[in-house]
Amino acid sequence: MGVIKRFKKNFSDLFNKLFKKQNARIGIYGPPNAGKTTLANRILRDWTGDAMGSVSHIPHETRRARRREGVTIKTNSNSLTLDIIDTPGLATKIDFHEFMEQGMDETESKRRAKEATEGVIEAVKWLDNLDGVILVMDATEDPFTQVNVTVIGNMEARSLPLLIVANKVDLPESSPSTIRDAFPQHPMVAISALEGKNIDTFYEEIAKRFG
Amino acid sequence: MIMMQGFQMDLISERRLNEMTPVEKVRFIIDEVKEGKILVLEKGLSPEEEASLIEMTMTLIEPDGFSGIEMESYPSEVDTSFLGKILKRNITKSRLTVIGPADQLKTLKKDRNMISALISNYK
Repeated sequence: MGVIKRFKKNFSDLFNKLFKKQNARIGIYGPPNAGKTTLANRILRDWTGDAMGSVSHIPHETRRARRREGVTIKTNSNSLTLDIIDTPGLATKIDFHEFMEQGMDETESKRRAKEATEGVIEAVKWLDNLDGVILVMDATEDPFTQVNVTVIGNMEARSLPLLIVANKVDLPESSPSTIRDAFPQHPMVAISALEGKNIDTFYEEIAKRFG
Repeated sequence: MIMMQGFQMDLISERRLNEMTPVEKVRFIIDEVKEGKILVLEKGLSPEEEASLIEMTMTLIEPDGFSGIEMESYPSEVDTSFLGKILKRNITKSRLTVIGPADQLKTLKKDRNMISALISNYK
């Protein structure tokens, strides 16, 4: 490589390091089975044509954090590029017997439980490396879970933006208003990640909160 | 002599917690809960300490042994005082917290101002 070319490359690297704005890193958090990966898949399919990972009714299907860089979301008001991190479901307890109740054998259940504990640790560690959080709650469940309280508390302590998603509003027993009443200090959008219901409003909220 | 059976519940004062570093608090809670005690923390933990407690709990879970904790705290409140505004950072005020072994303590109902829990003698 010639001297001028090398100088150009070094200068370009330095410029990028100093001035290039990194994409905001947005973590998708929530308790197991809230629909985090379903939502991550919906976002990626809508904007990249790809998918993030497999989904299942068995808790802790996602046991490793998955990161997708450079997802550009365009709305009527804005366009922004994000790095999306789909995190394993947060929990304070993991009992392998719960997996056996789902039909898994003991060895498989213990292996899954071990991987699930590692996934929770990974999700907690990611909290230190994010610019914002999408907190997914199951709108058919009680919103005052410890996981929700802890994630919201951590975002408030760090003064980072948070968007609450009341998911599964396609189910008749869902009650997104209960979630809104529980955490009135934060913006909330009610969606069905599975069916795509209200998803445009969700993207508008993302642009508003993280743009 | 009548033998009393039951569980031990320790109510930990704010002063006692303030004497500990965050690492000491988490270690203390884990050790006590692994012995089967139910802890009621007068002041609770900061959100960062709650996250550390979850992390350490996960490292100690064993099949047919310790399966984790049940922890319930009220949602924290953000300090909107003059000092907080001057410092331009959110100061969260933690609130009363109940922590116990997951196989003995079960939350029945919780809202912004009430925690209802069931405590079992049997594991």
